[in-house]
Amino acid sequence: MADPIEKVSIIISKGSLEGIYPGLIMANGARAEGIEANLFFTFFGMDAIHKARHEHIKLATVGNPGLHLPTMAGGLPGVSAVMTKYMNHKMEELDIPSIPEFIELIADTGAGLYACQASVDLFGLSKDDFIDQVEAIITVGEFYEIAAGGHIIFT
Amino acid sequence: MTTETIAGVAVDRNEEGFFTDATQWTEDMAPELAKAEGIDELTPDHWTVIRFMRSEYFDKGTGPTVRMLGKTSGVSVKELYQLFPKGPAKIAARIAGIPKPRGCI
Repeated sequence: MADPIEKVSIIISKGSLEGIYPGLIMANGARAEGIEANLFFTFFGMDAIHKARHEHIKLATVGNPGLHLPTMAGGLPGVSAVMTKYMNHKMEELDIPSIPEFIELIADTGAGLYACQASVDLFGLSKDDFIDQVEAIITVGEFYEIAAGGHIIFT
Repeated sequence: MTTETIAGVAVDRNEEGFFTDATQWTEDMAPELAKAEGIDELTPDHWTVIRFMRSEYFDKGTGPTVRMLGKTSGVSVKELYQLFPKGPAKIAARIAGIPKPRGCI
């Protein structure tokens, strides 16, 4: 059998519902397998750990051909909200946790949560803007130090 | 699949160390199985999880995931990882003599 994976560092760079969930599922799944996991939030992905925003993550209805919705329709006011509500409802039926609940769960499993220094500077944020589970705001160099010896997954 | 002797009884386990027939398991086997996972002593909390894993498996056909354990077993996710650092659902399933729980979340 091939060598088992022992450590992963997952980067979440997008702030849409479909941009955030896959990284969270992979981090949670890694911990379930006993794999060490760290999550690094950068650019709009930081919304997932932003106190005021993480409860309001929306599905991208424009520029998302997978949705099979005409771009014009996707851009109409309220469409993103309705589609997000529908998706959240479907996920609730399948007992998939909301983003805030999921992140809390992942932190409880012992995964490390970090925000990107460059993005924090760019958006004028500070540690106070993030949920308490965020361990630190780190530079890309520090990220590579933390990720050393494991796999890096960019989402 | 291999046949091994655990606590003096022959049992069948797959390549990953999970029982292929949960009915072959007895409580006497748990301490030996736990030791192989690096858990030297099974506390009452370990037993809560092990018994819960089995009852869920016989009830639903698959063992619970970590999230389900955290929600329904009475042991929190943080505590679960203290009890079974190498992955609560997976390790507890091995010790509890049930197949590996399936589920993405």
